[in-house]
Amino acid sequence: MTTKALKLKELAKGEDRFAHGHRMCAGCGAPIVVKQVLMATDYPIIAANATGCLEVSSCIQQFTAWNIPWMHSAFENAAATISGIEAMYRSLVKQNKLEDKNVKFIAFGGDGGTYDIGFQALSGAMERGHDMMYICYDNGAYMNTGIQRSSATPFGADTTTCPAGDVIPGKLQQRKDLTRIMAAHGIPYVAQASPANWMDLMKKVQKAFEIKGPKFMNVISPCNRGWRSRTDDAIMLSKLAFETCYWPLFEIENGVTRITAKPKEKRPLVDFLKPQGRFKHMFAPGNEWMLKQAQESVDAQWERLQKEAVFSGGEEK
Amino acid sequence: MGKIVAVTGNEACAYALKQINPDVCAAYPITPATDLMQRFSGYVSNGQVDTELVLVESEHSAMSACIGAAAAGGRVATATSSQGLALMWEMLYIAAGTRLPIVMPLVNRALSAPLNIHGDHSDGMGARDTGWIQIYSENAQEAYDNLIQSFRIAEHLEIRTPAMVCMDGFIVSHSIERVEYIDDADVKKFVGKFQAVHPLLDLEHPKSYGPLILTDLYHEYKRAQHEVMTKVSGVVLEVAAEFEKMTGRKYGLFESYRLEDAEIAIVVMSSAAGTTKDIIDQYRDKGVKVGLLKPRMFRPFPFTQIAEALKHVKAIAVLDRADSFGGYGPLFSEIAGAVMSMDTKPAMINKIFGLGGRDYLPDQAEQVIDELIKIAETGKVGAIKEYIGVRE
Repeated sequence: MTTKALKLKELAKGEDRFAHGHRMCAGCGAPIVVKQVLMATDYPIIAANATGCLEVSSCIQQFTAWNIPWMHSAFENAAATISGIEAMYRSLVKQNKLEDKNVKFIAFGGDGGTYDIGFQALSGAMERGHDMMYICYDNGAYMNTGIQRSSATPFGADTTTCPAGDVIPGKLQQRKDLTRIMAAHGIPYVAQASPANWMDLMKKVQKAFEIKGPKFMNVISPCNRGWRSRTDDAIMLSKLAFETCYWPLFEIENGVTRITAKPKEKRPLVDFLKPQGRFKHMFAPGNEWMLKQAQESVDAQWERLQKEAVFSGGEEK
Repeated sequence: MGKIVAVTGNEACAYALKQINPDVCAAYPITPATDLMQRFSGYVSNGQVDTELVLVESEHSAMSACIGAAAAGGRVATATSSQGLALMWEMLYIAAGTRLPIVMPLVNRALSAPLNIHGDHSDGMGARDTGWIQIYSENAQEAYDNLIQSFRIAEHLEIRTPAMVCMDGFIVSHSIERVEYIDDADVKKFVGKFQAVHPLLDLEHPKSYGPLILTDLYHEYKRAQHEVMTKVSGVVLEVAAEFEKMTGRKYGLFESYRLEDAEIAIVVMSSAAGTTKDIIDQYRDKGVKVGLLKPRMFRPFPFTQIAEALKHVKAIAVLDRADSFGGYGPLFSEIAGAVMSMDTKPAMINKIFGLGGRDYLPDQAEQVIDELIKIAETGKVGAIKEYIGVRE
């Protein structure tokens, strides 16, 4: 039995595939995401990891937090590296040199290693149709190198390479909509998830593992250093991202879009922005336009997603 | 006994790969290596090999996939040239530093800019310090033989280091030559079964590959990598001896041609060595004591053995088919390094030739030998570094 029941009591008894003792910052969202992903299934898993926070903190010479076979080779190539591992598995199984144990292959990358430098390798791997899942933990900047903007950095954010100054008030561009770009690859499964909605995330992981071919999941991953929030805010902020519709939870399965959870009441975006120091300047007098523009953008995307869900047949009119 | 065929260098290498039957090949096309993997793809499509072919979107991903596949635990090969190798550069270090025995024919080609698709050694020389074993071939026969031997060398349990087998773009990759193929069964037996070391696919014993190493240990790791390289020469010779038993074809770390009693010598790699040997024969007929040293294994560079082979020579011309702008040619620098240990140092000159596929002509070899004769007589060296075959 590989699709296990998602009961906290049972899950807590399971073996830690991503063990304690790693050196991620206290309160980081990424290890929570990794734990939830690996906990969702009992399938044997081999993971590749892009260079980034998760990688440099989880495997420092002589120590590893990974209780599964794991490989890091470079920043931009987690998708290509796992492609090679998966290809070798297929080859050896086909040649009867290895027993088929239904191994699942995952690549983990941050937004830098996924949206930006790793995008080409990711796009290539998806097009080739490897039986793998790519999980992006999106904290919206190059956090590991000192909080520089990435193409996942939200509009208005203050980062070290787009600092909010007297002339330029933070990042002026909207974030790249990677989840939709991945869906445009026509792969069988694309999803967006959040560690605050753990059951939704784990169900998506379980579902994805039952689908043959390339899968992509984008998971919001709060970073208290970069977001300038309190250490224990990760889950609260993930929840607010969901409730403000900044980070809608949905899946696109074979072209059909489904919103997997809707907030009871859509909260204003400022509720998500306010607890984060990186958006502080947006609340200063004269910058009201920034809050307005950010809200409009979230509203437009939420509208479009709802229409898409109806149009694609994922939701009734 | 194998069969005798008329094939191009690329064809011969593709055939060697077919005989070796790697578990995974990940590749991206680039001239003049394109034809090699194209031919191999035919073997895959026709079920003549068991290889899982991963046709990636770039050379960077080709090497990344090879790295993943090799760490997973199986025999892996790819091929490239020029810009492709340059795009792999980052991953070449990672393949070597992770000690993954990937084998790669490198069809030597010039590097941009300006864009040029023809043969020179700029690409291989650019990858000089990546930790890969580099073996250069004079012709299609050597490319075929070296490729087969390279799997044994790279996969040797004391080495586990990637190897590239170089041949000159177009001059060798696309010219049809006589090649003696070895029987499939003999190749299979010679190369042997792949022995995985700490494979990722061993689920019962999970391994973590690619850790972060800080100032406390990085230095030691690099020293250890160097230690591995010191063992390569022995393995190369051991494999060559076994190969000679099978084929009668003899290989060493380098080839010496009429060098034993030579007073002057030319050092040159790959296809240009053939032309040079012909001219040396002509000068020998005239009583000039000239010889040739053709490096085969460029990395690791066999300094002491080469110094020993050149110790009696008065003047040496090193011909580089690549340049190092603002420095001497890369091969010259190595030979100068080897000569350092000699008590009596020979006079040395460096000629840059044949860049971007410019023909290396017999009269260029003559010109070099004439200059060497003068240097040996007078002891005087004019310009140390010069270009030959340049249109003025």
